[in-house]
Amino acid sequence: MHMADALLSPAVGGGMWALSAGLIGYCSKVLRTTLDDWKIPLMGVVSAFVFAAQMVNFSIPATGSSGHLGGGLLLAILLGPHAAFLAIASVLTVQAFFFADGGLLALGCTIFNLGFFPCFVAYPLIYRRIAGSNPTTARLWTVSILAAVAGLELGALGVVLETRLSEISALPFTTFIALMLPIHLPIGIIEGIVTAAVVQFVYRARPEVFDAATALSQGRKIAVAPVLVVLAIAAVCSGGVLSWFASSHPDGLEWALFHSTGTEEFAGREDALHASLAHVQTKTAILPDYTFSASEAPAETGAKTQWPAVDPGTSVSGIVGGAITLGIVALAGLALRRRAAPARP
Amino acid sequence: MALVDLHVAELGALEEMARRDSSLRRIDPRAKLVTTLVFILTVVSFGIYELAALLPLLLYPVVLLSLGDLPTGYILRKVALVSPFAILVGIFNPLLDHSPHLIVGDFHVSGGWISFASILLRFVLTVSAALILIASTGVHHLALALQRLGAPSAFVMQLLFLYRYLFVLTQEALRTVRAITLRSVDRKAMSMKTYAHFLGSLLLRTLDRAQRIHVAMRCRGYDGSVRLLNTLQFRAADALFIALWCAYFLAIRFGNVPHRIGELVMGVFT
Repeated sequence: MHMADALLSPAVGGGMWALSAGLIGYCSKVLRTTLDDWKIPLMGVVSAFVFAAQMVNFSIPATGSSGHLGGGLLLAILLGPHAAFLAIASVLTVQAFFFADGGLLALGCTIFNLGFFPCFVAYPLIYRRIAGSNPTTARLWTVSILAAVAGLELGALGVVLETRLSEISALPFTTFIALMLPIHLPIGIIEGIVTAAVVQFVYRARPEVFDAATALSQGRKIAVAPVLVVLAIAAVCSGGVLSWFASSHPDGLEWALFHSTGTEEFAGREDALHASLAHVQTKTAILPDYTFSASEAPAETGAKTQWPAVDPGTSVSGIVGGAITLGIVALAGLALRRRAAPARP
Repeated sequence: MALVDLHVAELGALEEMARRDSSLRRIDPRAKLVTTLVFILTVVSFGIYELAALLPLLLYPVVLLSLGDLPTGYILRKVALVSPFAILVGIFNPLLDHSPHLIVGDFHVSGGWISFASILLRFVLTVSAALILIASTGVHHLALALQRLGAPSAFVMQLLFLYRYLFVLTQEALRTVRAITLRSVDRKAMSMKTYAHFLGSLLLRTLDRAQRIHVAMRCRGYDGSVRLLNTLQFRAADALFIALWCAYFLAIRFGNVPHRIGELVMGVFT
C-alpha cells in the first residue's frame, strides 16, 4: 500500500502531495478551533501505539502467514476523523523517512490512500452510520469488517489509479486491479476483525474511553467538503482512466502503436486530470513531463529527437557515455571519501 | 519478539547517525529538505525509457554519503529491504513491453527491460536520498524545518510526540510480547484472540499514559501550544548548497550529459 517514488510521475505525485497537505492543514484548523489542550498529547501517544502495534505480528488461522494491525479505522473510532487523519499522516511520515516505506514524493499518495479513505469515507459513511453510539456485538463486528474492507479496497484502488496515471508501469489497468483488489480483501477482513476485537475489549474494560472519544469528535458534523473533494477526484480519475482506455490499447503494443500512428494517441490521452495537472506543472515551471513536451515542443534537446529512433550508433554512444558517467560519479565519491577520511575521529 | 527488537534498533541507528558531526550535518535542515525534494522531482520527471540520462544524478547521493560520513552499505541494505513493491510492479514491464529499443550488434534490448531498469534506478535514487536526509538530520531538526517551512503546528507537534513515545511504547509492547511468549511454549506467533487482547491492554495503558503525560505537561505550564526553540540558522552556505545542487539537477535534466559524453568519445574513435 505504500507507493514508491519510482512509479510516480511528477504530476501525480505533486497533485497528491497538494491534496494531502491541504487535508492536513484542514484537519489542523478544525482541531485548533475545538481547543482541547489534552488532544495533542493524546493523539501523539495513540499514534505511537499504532506504530508499536504494527511491529507485532499475529498468526492468521489456516494460512501459515501472519499479519498486523493497520490502525486507520481504529484511530478514527478512538479519536474522530480529523485527529485520526493527522495521527495516521504522522505515522506514515515517520515510516517514509525511517523505513523508506513509500517515498517522499509518494508520501502524498500514501497519506491519501491510507488516511483519507478510512478516516473520511469508511468511518463517517459506514462505521458511524451503522454502528451508532452503542452497537451490539454482532453489529460492531459486521460494521468494522465492512468499514475496514471498504477503506482498504479504496486505498488499493488509489494505488492502482496513481500508478496507472503516472504511466511508468506497463501493467494494464485491469490486470493491476485484478491483482490488487483480491489481495486486499482478506487483509481488510482481518483488519476489521482485529479492530472490532480491540474496540470490544476496550468497551468491556473501560467504556468511558469512548465517551472521551466521542467528546473529541462531538459537535463536528461530518464535513461535506472532503467528501465532495473525493467524489470530484474519483470522477476525474475514472474519466481520465476510461478515456485512456478508449483512446489507447492497454497492452505491451502500446509503444509500437504510438510509433506507428504518430502522436495522436498522446494528444487523446491528455485528458482531464492529466491536462490540469500538466497545466499546473508548466505554470509552476516544474520540469515539464517528458511525454507531453515531446509532442508540444519537439527537438528541444538532443535526447528528445533521438529518443524514439532505434539507431545502433546512438545506442552505443549512450552505453559508452553512461559507463563513463558512472565512472566519474564513482571517482568523485572515492575522492571525497579519501578527503573526508582523515577528519574521522 | 526479534522483529520488534530489530525495528527499534533500525530506528535508533538512523537517529544515531544524525547525531554525528559532519559537514552535511551542519547544513540547515530546510536546505537539505528542499534540495532532496527538488532532487526527487528531477528523478521522476525523466521519461520511462531514459536510463543513461539518469546516471549523473547518482552524484547527489554519492557526494552526500561522503560529506555526511554515512555508511554506504547500510543505506544500500535499507534500500534493498523496501524494494519488493517497486520490483513487483516494474517486473511486468519486460513481460509486456517488447518494443525494440536498443540495438547493440545483433542484440536487441526491449523497451520493457529499459523501463524496468529505469524504475530500479529511480527507486535507488529516491529512496537513498530520503534515507540520507534523515540520517544526516534527525527527526527533531526535520520537524523544526517543517514548521519553519509552514507545516501546521498541530502536525509538527504530532510528529514530535509520535517520535518521542515511539520508543517508550515499543519497549512496552516488547515487554508484553515477551511475557506472552514465555507463557506460550512452542507457539511461533500469537493467535488472533491473544493479539486482540494484547492490543487492547496496550491501548488502555497508552491512554493512561497519555493522561499522565497531559497532567505532567499541565504542571509545567502547558496551555495547548508547545513552543519550539528555534535553533535553525540559514546561512550563505545553505543557500549555496541549494543553488549549486539545483543548478546541477537542471543541467542534467535538460542536457543529456552521458549521451553527449558518449558521442564525444565515439566521435574521437570514428
